Amino acid sequence: MIDDLDRALIVATQGGLPLVPRPYQLIAEQLGLSADEVMRRFKALLETGIIRRIGVVPNHYAIGWTANGMTVWDVADDKVDALGERIGQLDFVTHCYRRPRALPAWPYNLFAMVHGASREECTAKADEIRALLGADCRASDIIYSTKILKKTGLRLGS
Amino acid sequence: MRELDAVDRKILSRLQGEFPISERPYAEAAEQLGISEKALLQRIEALLADKVLTRFGPMFQVERMGGAFVLAALAAPEARYEEVTALVNALPQVAHNYRREHALNMWFVIATETQAGIAEAIARLEADTGLPVYAFPKEREYFVEMKLEARR
Repeated sequence: MIDDLDRALIVATQGGLPLVPRPYQLIAEQLGLSADEVMRRFKALLETGIIRRIGVVPNHYAIGWTANGMTVWDVADDKVDALGERIGQLDFVTHCYRRPRALPAWPYNLFAMVHGASREECTAKADEIRALLGADCRASDIIYSTKILKKTGLRLGS
Repeated sequence: MRELDAVDRKILSRLQGEFPISERPYAEAAEQLGISEKALLQRIEALLADKVLTRFGPMFQVERMGGAFVLAALAAPEARYEEVTALVNALPQVAHNYRREHALNMWFVIATETQAGIAEAIARLEADTGLPVYAFPKEREYFVEMKLEARR
């Protein structure tokens, strides 16, 4: 959980860290805090995982990952956790989740994101997942993204 | 599209996490990269301006602060695609939105400060667009580590 000051820090940096030599000092001045307090709180937010990491967020397309496929699989409920753990461990899978089906429109309960410089590369990765699932996969699809419509990240109201 | 040079690639691969929390963090990170503080600041600014980066700064996990983060999708008729995109993107709770090739052709992530915020956002989107919104909350996370090296 966060208090009002943590929340103010999040609102101040959700658009990005200031691009000045002393960014934490600048945030501190904006919020009427000391730089030490701001840094202490940032470290605590990192430790508790409220901040996942601090760094660059690349646009995948611009750095050459032009094929981005959401592979989706229909796996029996009693098998999905064991198989999901194994698929999550594949070095090329960047996200892997179990999610609810929305029948009849959506029969898939296992989601794994794969990326490549071409769709062939993504298909090859999906084939590896398929091999791992074997007969436990009842249906699957790869759904490619063709455009980033928005990518701002979290926005709390100020 | 911006051509990436060796310094850009270094920034992209080495600065995806662990940016320092210190008095002069850019100076510290720049030293590791073998460039000056000023050069690093200018590079990040240019990479953002050229849209090689979508953001620079802390990435938050809203669930860890009591909030919620849900993947959702809808099927926008092609003739209304732009209009529906504008309506969906207008909601500040929509953190990312992607066009995808499927009958469900718009996939977005809703991030809200409270659990109840998700249902409110979905109700709002359904009212604004007149389209059903499918929510796919994560039931279990097996792996997340979104760090991709530059390929070009």
